[in-house]
Amino acid sequence: MAKTHVKMTVNGKQVEALVEPRTLLIHFIREELELTGPHIGCETSHCGACTLDIDGKSVKSCTMFAVQANGADIHTIEGMAEADGTLHPLQDAFREMHGLQCGFCTPGMITRAYRLLQENPNPSDEEIRMGISGNLCRCTGYQNIVAAIRLAAERMNGTQNREAAE
Amino acid sequence: MIPGSFDYHCPTTVDEAVALLGEYGEEARAIAGGHSLIPMMKLRLAAPEHLIDLRRIDSMRGISRDAGSIVIGATTTQAEIIVSPVIAADLPILSETATLIADPQVRAVGTIGGNVANGDPGNDMPALMQCLGADYVLKGPGGERTVAARDFYEGTYFTALEEGELLTAIRIPQPPAGIGWAYEKLKRKVGDYATAAAAVLLKMDGDTCSFASVALTNVGDTPLFAAEAAEALVGSKLDAAAINAAVAAAEAITNPASDGRGPAEYRTKMAGVMVRRAIARARNRAA
Repeated sequence: MAKTHVKMTVNGKQVEALVEPRTLLIHFIREELELTGPHIGCETSHCGACTLDIDGKSVKSCTMFAVQANGADIHTIEGMAEADGTLHPLQDAFREMHGLQCGFCTPGMITRAYRLLQENPNPSDEEIRMGISGNLCRCTGYQNIVAAIRLAAERMNGTQNREAAE
Repeated sequence: MIPGSFDYHCPTTVDEAVALLGEYGEEARAIAGGHSLIPMMKLRLAAPEHLIDLRRIDSMRGISRDAGSIVIGATTTQAEIIVSPVIAADLPILSETATLIADPQVRAVGTIGGNVANGDPGNDMPALMQCLGADYVLKGPGGERTVAARDFYEGTYFTALEEGELLTAIRIPQPPAGIGWAYEKLKRKVGDYATAAAAVLLKMDGDTCSFASVALTNVGDTPLFAAEAAEALVGSKLDAAAINAAVAAAEAITNPASDGRGPAEYRTKMAGVMVRRAIARARNRAA
């Protein structure tokens, strides 16, 4: 089967490669680009550990072929912090609020939470829970993840959370 | 879990896609969101040699009004349905249902066309399309034809879609003003298929129900259009006797599998409970 030429932008950098059509995007990102932040958890589009931000949408990259991302603008967890190492407010908030224990789900959680806050900058706790319902965490029980996303939203908005303010 | 090898095609027009499907016959599969097909390919339950990606066919995407119908392009995603102002105004039951499908990432990619076309009885949209009286627009080498959602499903993964045909759009007649609606889904967790689910539309003329439509998800080999359940409601005041008759009529047509979602008898009863709840909510919404 012929390899296909693909070109995409990953964390602001142009990438070109020849890929077998059956190569899953998560394998391309981890093995070809050596961006091993996004994880392979369930491989069945349930757990969300492989979540990437693709053209402004959260996508489970274990359920997409690399050829389908031809021309796409992709962001991974590696692109969240600033070039000088300053953490993104979400990364800071996850650390402060203990939004992780083993850390396996964290890259997917933060990548998903980033898009959630772009779509809904001031979500209620319920909206946060529904927003991350495609990301499984087996350690935290989610309480601290929700608290971390709420804190990050407050800081990114420079405002108090809607529920806290009411 | 790595799928078998295949050649990838990315046409930009429906005609080109239909030509490719015709050229490769049963070795080809169309892929839209891929969230049913790719997992099947990983498990090697599907091993197409040619994958025809529909993502760059702009004419297959989008939501519009046309002569009393709402037309939804097959590759419109569930997420696009949820935020569509046309859907919010004319078909809010579609948005309610889409929100109950899978999770945000899957809805961002999964399409309504894939949901209705692949014939999985666990999918939520097919029963809703039967409830709404939708038609599917199919395009093949011989041209275009239309099949009613109520006639489309033949068995698990078996539909009226013939080899070489592509489902390009869904036409849904705009429900009359003041209609009440609800989609009730029992599931074990976010992302699960329904243990049982029911779609209900109701129209009230004063205290009397003047129109009803009922359909069921995942309690048989296909979605089930529950005509007799609807008939039990029409002409009644939606009193306990009429509702009990509708629930019994809906339960009578179910034939669910016993699986991790529960034994068959339980799932049949839950189908009845979903119908009962959907009737109550639809009644409250009816003008």
